[in-house]
Amino acid sequence: MHRPHRLFQRLLPGLLAALAACAGPFPQTTLAPKSDLGFAIDHLFTGIFGWAVAVFVVVEGLLLFALIRFRARPGAPPPKPTHGHTALEITWTLAPVLILVMVAVPTIRTIFATQAPAPAGALKVQVIGHQWWWEYRYPDLGVVTANELHLPVGRTVGLDLTSNDVIHSFWVPAIAAKRDVVPGHVNHIVFTPDTIGMYPGQCAEFCGDSHANMRLRVFVESDSAFNAWVADQKAPPVEPAPNSPAATGKSDFQHGACIACHTIQGVSAGVIGPNLTHLASRTTIAGATYPDDSLDLALWVNHAPQRKPGSVMMDMNLKPADLQAIVAYLMSLK
Amino acid sequence: MTEPTGLKSWLTTVDHKRIGKLYFWTAFCFFLVGGVEALLIRSQLAQPNGHLVDARTYNELFTMHGTTMIFLALMPLSVAFFNFIVPLQIGARDVAFPRLNAFSYWVFLLGGVFLNLSWFVGPLFHAGRLSVAPNGGWFGYANLTERQYSIGPNIDFWLLGLQILGVSSLAGGFNFIVTILNLRAPGMRMMRLPVFSWMTLVTSFLLITAFPVITVALVFLMFDRNFGTHFYQVSAGGDPVLWQHLFWLFGHPEVYILILPAMGVVSEVLPTFSGKPLFGYTVVVYSGILIAFMGWGVWSHHMFSVGLGPIADAVFSSTTMLIAIPTGVKIFNWIATLWGGQIRFDTPLLFAVGFIAMFIIGGLSGVTHASPPADLQQTDTYYVVAHIHYVLFGGTVLGLFAGMYYWWPKMTGRMLDETLGKVHFWLMLIGMNVAFFPMHFIGLLGMPRRVYTYSPDLGVSTLNLVSTVGAFVIGVAMLFFIWNVIRSRSAGKVAGDNPWHGATLEWATSSPPPVYNFAQIPTVHSRLPLWNEPESVAQKAPTGPIHVPGGSWWPMVAAVGLPLMATSLIAHALWLVFVGAAVVIFGIFKWGFEPFEV
Repeated sequence: MHRPHRLFQRLLPGLLAALAACAGPFPQTTLAPKSDLGFAIDHLFTGIFGWAVAVFVVVEGLLLFALIRFRARPGAPPPKPTHGHTALEITWTLAPVLILVMVAVPTIRTIFATQAPAPAGALKVQVIGHQWWWEYRYPDLGVVTANELHLPVGRTVGLDLTSNDVIHSFWVPAIAAKRDVVPGHVNHIVFTPDTIGMYPGQCAEFCGDSHANMRLRVFVESDSAFNAWVADQKAPPVEPAPNSPAATGKSDFQHGACIACHTIQGVSAGVIGPNLTHLASRTTIAGATYPDDSLDLALWVNHAPQRKPGSVMMDMNLKPADLQAIVAYLMSLK
Repeated sequence: MTEPTGLKSWLTTVDHKRIGKLYFWTAFCFFLVGGVEALLIRSQLAQPNGHLVDARTYNELFTMHGTTMIFLALMPLSVAFFNFIVPLQIGARDVAFPRLNAFSYWVFLLGGVFLNLSWFVGPLFHAGRLSVAPNGGWFGYANLTERQYSIGPNIDFWLLGLQILGVSSLAGGFNFIVTILNLRAPGMRMMRLPVFSWMTLVTSFLLITAFPVITVALVFLMFDRNFGTHFYQVSAGGDPVLWQHLFWLFGHPEVYILILPAMGVVSEVLPTFSGKPLFGYTVVVYSGILIAFMGWGVWSHHMFSVGLGPIADAVFSSTTMLIAIPTGVKIFNWIATLWGGQIRFDTPLLFAVGFIAMFIIGGLSGVTHASPPADLQQTDTYYVVAHIHYVLFGGTVLGLFAGMYYWWPKMTGRMLDETLGKVHFWLMLIGMNVAFFPMHFIGLLGMPRRVYTYSPDLGVSTLNLVSTVGAFVIGVAMLFFIWNVIRSRSAGKVAGDNPWHGATLEWATSSPPPVYNFAQIPTVHSRLPLWNEPESVAQKAPTGPIHVPGGSWWPMVAAVGLPLMATSLIAHALWLVFVGAAVVIFGIFKWGFEPFEV
């Protein structure tokens, strides 16, 4: 498969450059892998795509040639009524067979290579799909968070995926490809991210009203940054200064409906919505759909169903002062 | 004998040609409905964070777009040609069971109406909105479609509508199998059967084998939603993946139900317009049969991301790649048919060639996701949306339009205008490529499918806008076709029996054919009777009175019972199911004992 493959590798940058000219950057692209898994898939796809382009050129070329060369000309003799040709039939049966063998061999090799179990020592993370947000649990580190996954660069990760409700699909194109998140099943993705950065992803299996708003982010960090993040996440939640708006907010939180659904370590124990213990350490809210700032948080608390159709979180209908206090408290939870 | 006219003659007709026309117009209307849904979808996605429609409405639109196009537009448009053309091609006076044929049509019409009523009956269910249209995707994945996650009647409309339509497909499938096997003209051996009739036969076998599978899947879902079973419910030990296996075990043969008729059309059009017999007739026929068989062994390639394990992935990947071989063989034989011919570029040929050119693209992108690891980046993204539209629009729709331009003179006695036809073709070809080609990039750049909104940060806003423009170009192309059709009624050139110099038997009779099709059933001695033996199939005066079956109300009456039964479940009115069943049984009983002549 070397010739068309190389040819395509030469064509690909040009094609991408043409694309980049019309828009970009493309943070969620499948064509710029940043892990061993992403690279293996991209390599396989590039090879197959090369074959597809070659076949496309040959077959469409034959078709066009036939149409131009054999167009009706006035006064030409009637065409010869050929009915078939056995040798030709055998040839154009075997040619695709050969090409498909060239596609099938690396395919099957990649299937087994990419579905091997996680090695011992891999960082284990449980990914749990909810309508419409992601829960992440690091069983060996004692960390629970939502929507934004943090991973150390260069360390193999084993994700165990399952769902709390309907079928979702965990898709982070640059590093983790895609795997369905099926209730009653545990699926696996094993990969080693190789470049520090933020990689967006989102749910890829239609999962109801707000399927489009079930997004996520993966932060691949240096070891030290990751360890610092873990330490922060394991720390108890920040205690607001007495008589500050945040302290009022905490009291409102404790005496309001919030505790029914959300956990803040040592404050509340709800499990229906995301864990908020370190909400302010995240960059986004509501399934990585809105930025984590005071304005969006206030809109979210009071208008969740408008911000995210079908949202389980209700319109809290708080008075401005209470809303401000709650937001101040949530924004203090670094 | 003269043909009856008036409304009653259409409501009671059992003439395959009239039923074919009813199928055509009904399916064409649903095609326009599905097209409007597509334009609304594309308008919403023309820019990021679009707010033309809300999330719920968008989900209804894409569900109904897929369901409508597959079950109410493309399948019945194929069936319209089965009806009109197959009895003529095989030299028969009608289908084997004319009243069952009428029943199929009425069930199809009522099933389609039943599904689409869901757009307007929200207030009856206190839904707080006008529409309770299905919103779980055309693939209706459990457990999202279980009552727990889809409370309203939306999914019930979907599953009951599909059950009704399944009855129509099954009845039609049996009818065409019996017709083609038993009613061929003297001398029309199986290997002299025109390829379109062959593909009708193969498709009919797929219909009667595939629809029982989705029927079972839908019955399970219906019981889960309404009668407390747990086939797809994890909490009670069920498994939503069971739905996916059942659905795609139906769904992949369904893909071939959609494409094989169009392949049949192309196999008729190419020989006529290149003035040569189909190259490798036997191979083309056997490839079609082989595709139908192999279509049963590839369903899990729709499920490469489900996590079935490396062995299942490897096996289904291999079978999927194998099915590309008979498909490729067909394409080579079509090109070889053109090769060395005297190609006349009339509109039917343009659409047939458009089919080949576009289907190649859809086939090749298909090979890229036959590879499970590659598919892990592609499945459920716009890349797959591009693929299925190259196959079903570039393939099936262009193929069916080739059939429309080709057989329109036979169906109506009038030619469609060639200039308007060519404008239609080029607009459609350009429109579909502008609409669907960018979707390959939109998908590869990270946009999932079935999302009502997307972030401008993805960088795919421009590509989406381009795609939307293409969709509207297709819409404009359709206006040219509709204008052409209206115009042809009065201004179309009179066609004559055989305007394209076709070789198969439908061109031996007048255009439109008399109610009895052939004054004398011709005897054929070759595969291409009008080229090889025009005198032996030429129409002669009838030798005596010709028997054709009379009209009947009872097929329609029996068909009305089915949506009544379905309504019973949605309305929670048990008595209605007995009324509906009684209507079906009474209708069939009356039709069974009706005198054959009226």
